Amino acid sequence: MKLYEYQSKGFFKKYGIPIPAGHVTSIAREAKQIAEEIGLPIVVKAQVLAEGRGMAGGIRLAKTPEETEIFASEILSAKIHGLPVQKVLIDEALSIEKEYFILISIDRAKKRPLLMMYDSGTIYIEAAANALFENLDRVYIDPLIGLQRYQIHQLAYKLDFPGKYIRNLTEICMGLWRLFCDLDARMAAINPLVITTDQRILALDGKITLDENARFRQESLTDFVDLGYLRYGELEAGKHGLDYIKMDGNIACMINGAGLTMTTLDLIEANGGKPANFLDLGAGVNTEKILAAMDILQNDPAVKVILVCIYAGMTHCDDVARGLLEAMNRYDSKVPIVVYMGGSMSALGNQILSGSPAILVPSYEEAIRKAVETAAGQG
Amino acid sequence: MGILINSSTKVIVQGITGREGSFHTEQMAAYGTQIVAGVSPQKGGSWVLDGKIPVFDTMQAAMEVTEANASIIFVPARNATDALFEAADSGVELVVCITEGVPVQDVVKVCQYMSNRGVRLVGPNCSGIINPGEAKLGVAPSDCVIPGKVGVISRSGTLSYLVMSEMKSRGIGVSTCIGIGGDIVQGTTFVEALELFETDPYTERILLIGEVGGLEEERAASYVAYKMTKPVTALLVGKTAPQGKKMGHSGAFIEAGIGGIDSKIEAFESVGVRVVTDIKEVPDALQG
Repeated sequence: MKLYEYQSKGFFKKYGIPIPAGHVTSIAREAKQIAEEIGLPIVVKAQVLAEGRGMAGGIRLAKTPEETEIFASEILSAKIHGLPVQKVLIDEALSIEKEYFILISIDRAKKRPLLMMYDSGTIYIEAAANALFENLDRVYIDPLIGLQRYQIHQLAYKLDFPGKYIRNLTEICMGLWRLFCDLDARMAAINPLVITTDQRILALDGKITLDENARFRQESLTDFVDLGYLRYGELEAGKHGLDYIKMDGNIACMINGAGLTMTTLDLIEANGGKPANFLDLGAGVNTEKILAAMDILQNDPAVKVILVCIYAGMTHCDDVARGLLEAMNRYDSKVPIVVYMGGSMSALGNQILSGSPAILVPSYEEAIRKAVETAAGQG
Repeated sequence: MGILINSSTKVIVQGITGREGSFHTEQMAAYGTQIVAGVSPQKGGSWVLDGKIPVFDTMQAAMEVTEANASIIFVPARNATDALFEAADSGVELVVCITEGVPVQDVVKVCQYMSNRGVRLVGPNCSGIINPGEAKLGVAPSDCVIPGKVGVISRSGTLSYLVMSEMKSRGIGVSTCIGIGGDIVQGTTFVEALELFETDPYTERILLIGEVGGLEEERAASYVAYKMTKPVTALLVGKTAPQGKKMGHSGAFIEAGIGGIDSKIEAFESVGVRVVTDIKEVPDALQG
């Protein structure tokens, strides 16, 4: 889950990382007032979760409060890379002498957090933690002892970081590390950290991505979820512990296991069909979960057929079958259902469904073929 | 025969009295795995599986009376981190964590702690290990696989079951299947699993089952090119995965152009590894 710039900067401030004076708003008239309060010039920044918003007209420099209002109004009614803009951040504009990029993330191969620092320009930061930027200087953090000040110094001296700001830099990096740990972040970046011509050091922009696995102990952070980014069914599915992603085709899928779901979507396309969604039932399948899933799939107006593929290890086929039977009885939907079950309890699962309207098929391959044919026949 | 576990491995099940824990304990025992004890706080002193397996409150108590060398964790995500550290401190050499949803910052701490102590972790969010005909430390359906000479490494559980059953229908068996898990950080990575298979005399070739997210497949490809003598085949899924969405597994996402399937296919093909994208092509690829 990604935070907006203004949310990230709110956390920076809380952790002692200096940020420019500014306020967020969704009303253009307020933008003018903010500009009058904090002084000129002003930068108006679209709050969207998209890379490269500056190039797309999402960042504008205003010289007067009136101009601030006009730009805010224009940006709030625009779409940036297809995304609507709900809020703008009105920040003091800074005169920049030097820019740095600072990132804390987790290295998948080393299985450790890392701190990276780079001494210029914009960079696609999510990519930076991975191998693409192997030439960037970095230190690996022992997660059991945390980031140490000497590690920050190592990076700073390598970059010839101006000596008089090293103490500030150290506190900024330590703050970023504390924030990273406290929020259960997957990634926290200052992009860029700037030194201004009037000798200040501050975080001009920031990105924080949170770990969804930690949601159970970070309940306050669920307030930060932007529901506007969710498509049909995604919110409802989340409530039931289903991993559901809406897609643009007409073959609805209900599968157990992420890998099996991905391969099923691939094979639907390879056979000339179009998946309507990704849906991994996840662990702990019961009737309530199947009912919730069927409710979402059947009520998607694009859906012509529902394909159910279960290869049971953790999931029990009989649980799925009972849930499907209940859903067919309760919802009385006309959407045909193609079912393949293998693995634990599959014989029992098939037995429960025999005599129901579900189309039972003996192999995975045939299930995909049958679903694609059914969708095409009705299309 | 195969790696990491065999019929003499002695196993403790952490979370043995829960729904998943008790179901899979029965399955693992029926497969021939030596389950010597279970751990479940406040249930110590009881017995499960028709009075055959003693339950203890702590790993420490279980270790005092058994000579276990491995543990498997079915504890829910909220308490899984504690169970992982407890396992690391208990004296077992191998820990398999089935639990899904462990926060990634906990996983890196556990990896560090275990590596400091020389304990191997497989998972979390994985299907575990099956050494066909010998032992099972995981949740794979027992009848989906037969013994043989192919080493299997997979990020996805269910997909590996279906693939192994497809192999079985063509008479192709497996030396060991390691489910490394679908999280961002894995206790045992593709590269580490390849290393284990390379030195295993019973494994003749390896099937790697990868998916979108991260660069571990790319790292595996370069490891295959420089360090492996045994042939490797890769099944890669997620061609249709959209950008920026988490595809079920917490580690399966494409972000800023990183983690897409095309780059993984190219990485393997450029080092001469046969890549397939459809399950039914796997048996031919393994025989060819």
